[in-house]
Amino acid sequence: MKLLQGIWQFYYEGFRSMTVGRKLWVIILIKLFIIFFILKLFFFPNFLNSKFQSDLEKGNYVREQLIIRN
Amino acid sequence: MFDQIDLSMVDWARAQFALTAIYHWLFVPLTLGLSFIVAIMETIYVRTGNPEWKKITKFWMLLFGINFAIGVATGIILEFQFGTNWSNYSWFVGDIFGAPLAIEGIMAFFLESTFIAVMFFGWNKVSKGFHLAASWLTAIGANLSALWILVANAWMQNPVGMKFNPDTARNEMINFWEVLFSPMAVNKFLHTISNGYVIASIFVIGISAWFLLHHRHVLTAKRSILVAGIFGIITSLFLAYTGDGSAYTVAQKQPMKLAAMEGLYKGTSGAGLVAVGILTPSKKPGDGKDPFLMKVEIPNMLSILGYRDSKAFVPGVTDLLNGGYKPWFEKIPEEERESTYSVAQKMEKGKLAISALRNYKTASKAGDTILANISRRQLEENFPYFGYGYLTKPESAVPNIPLTFYSFHLMVMLGFYFILLFALVLFFLNRGNLEKQRWLLWLSLWTIPLGYLASQAGWVVAEVGRQPWVIQDLLPTIAAISMIGAGSVKTTFWIFAALFTALLIAEVMIMVRQIKIGPKDGGQK
Ligand code: HEM
Repeated sequence: MKLLQGIWQFYYEGFRSMTVGRKLWVIILIKLFIIFFILKLFFFPNFLNSKFQSDLEKGNYVREQLIIRN
Repeated sequence: MFDQIDLSMVDWARAQFALTAIYHWLFVPLTLGLSFIVAIMETIYVRTGNPEWKKITKFWMLLFGINFAIGVATGIILEFQFGTNWSNYSWFVGDIFGAPLAIEGIMAFFLESTFIAVMFFGWNKVSKGFHLAASWLTAIGANLSALWILVANAWMQNPVGMKFNPDTARNEMINFWEVLFSPMAVNKFLHTISNGYVIASIFVIGISAWFLLHHRHVLTAKRSILVAGIFGIITSLFLAYTGDGSAYTVAQKQPMKLAAMEGLYKGTSGAGLVAVGILTPSKKPGDGKDPFLMKVEIPNMLSILGYRDSKAFVPGVTDLLNGGYKPWFEKIPEEERESTYSVAQKMEKGKLAISALRNYKTASKAGDTILANISRRQLEENFPYFGYGYLTKPESAVPNIPLTFYSFHLMVMLGFYFILLFALVLFFLNRGNLEKQRWLLWLSLWTIPLGYLASQAGWVVAEVGRQPWVIQDLLPTIAAISMIGAGSVKTTFWIFAALFTALLIAEVMIMVRQIKIGPKDGGQK
């Protein structure tokens, strides 16, 4: 318990006394938001997962694609 | 069926991947190298106890932190693209990108959240030794986290240690060590991380030179230059050494890329290395035109670099297209060597492999085990040429020669220039009159962008030079792409361009601000 408290304190004080780091964290959070909530959600669905449920179906689809594209 | 694929999709998806990879790669190398330079500086501080070294360490650590924060997670976008735009490819490669990449990601996360936190928050809170260990572990961890993605890239250039399973349409790993330790993987990893060390050395020297030019923080600047100069000269020599190793493996595994790197159309024994040259812009394979408007060549050097033998035959683009030559193997007499196939013959074999896959599928469904077994054997025999079955004409197997040639020559020339620069800087630093060499200080500052240019040129060589292959000989871009329209790829291309440009501007602005403030005794977080 003491160890956990120590670790919490370490991070808490570290974040509190940040200067340049604060600006960087804002940038990181905005960036992660754009990447995961806008791009991943709306623009980058996993093509195979969105069409098929099982690995068998995915494998069959890709094999078919490999056969018909030549 | 083939014409149902939106061909502009292939171009847009490639452009998008190139854009994101280029931008992502603007952030990575500095992280790889600066983390080590900082760890070395801190080691000197711990050894000497001199507070000046602590100040130096903290300053460069801050710039490392800025670069790390802005760059972190930009690589994930490349993975999104695999799943959306390159789904056939993602499925086809199977295990290679799966588990190891995920383990690496988790490892990197824990490493970053603990050791980097100790690096930045731990001054005066943990012991000096523990803090130093955290700095070294951050550096080692950052470098190791580049390992698997580079191994995967090397596998795409030289697919070994895997076997294609026609039931699942995936490749399965049969020999992990062969994948990890293929010469292509070893060279790629070492060349890439040492490129990061060289860029970081140039960065530290360039910024320190700016301090000297403005007569600010002179002691900090000189000491930084000392560390970065020594680190830079050692790692730039190693970079050239691993580059030579890369060229050797390319000669063995991707001869078409080597021919493009050197603008070599007609192969020859005792081939020379073009040191500088201007290509004939309208040159096409087999048109009889001289490939060069002008060139300066080092005799026999390409044979030595590519095959470690001054007499070795190096095939050119036309030889590779037409086949029929005997590949160079020092230990096997020429009469016992087998002639190579032409691309047209490989295309036939590729089509045979694809139709064997079709027959295997039909026979398996119908429960005809005999036909299934015959088809499977036929597929296995012809599988090394599988991807050629998708090419529509032999010339599709030739990459963009001018882009590959000029990028390669730019990278190598800059590589030698960097060695010279490090040597000059150390020479004048040792003589004690570096501050008076203002030309050299300006040159050092303006070399910072050149470091990045060389690095990007390296990736152009590696990636443009292997076109049309996503996986060498097995899967061209046209077979790897998802069956989707280009519409959303175009939109996201511009979103990425805007996002990354904004990130880059933010990085440069924050860095410049901190550099102008300069090193402070207390340091910043
Ligand atoms: C000094 C002589 C150099 C030689 C002989 C050399 C050689 C090579 C070769 C042959 C490749 C292609 C490897 C492949 O396709 O698998 C390559 C790639 C690359 N080079 Fe260099 N290089 C040199 C210097 C540099 C410099 C100065 C930098 C950057 C500062 C650099 C950065 C890269 C990068 C990032 C790649 C792509 C990753 C890879 O494929 O290894 N190289 N280099």
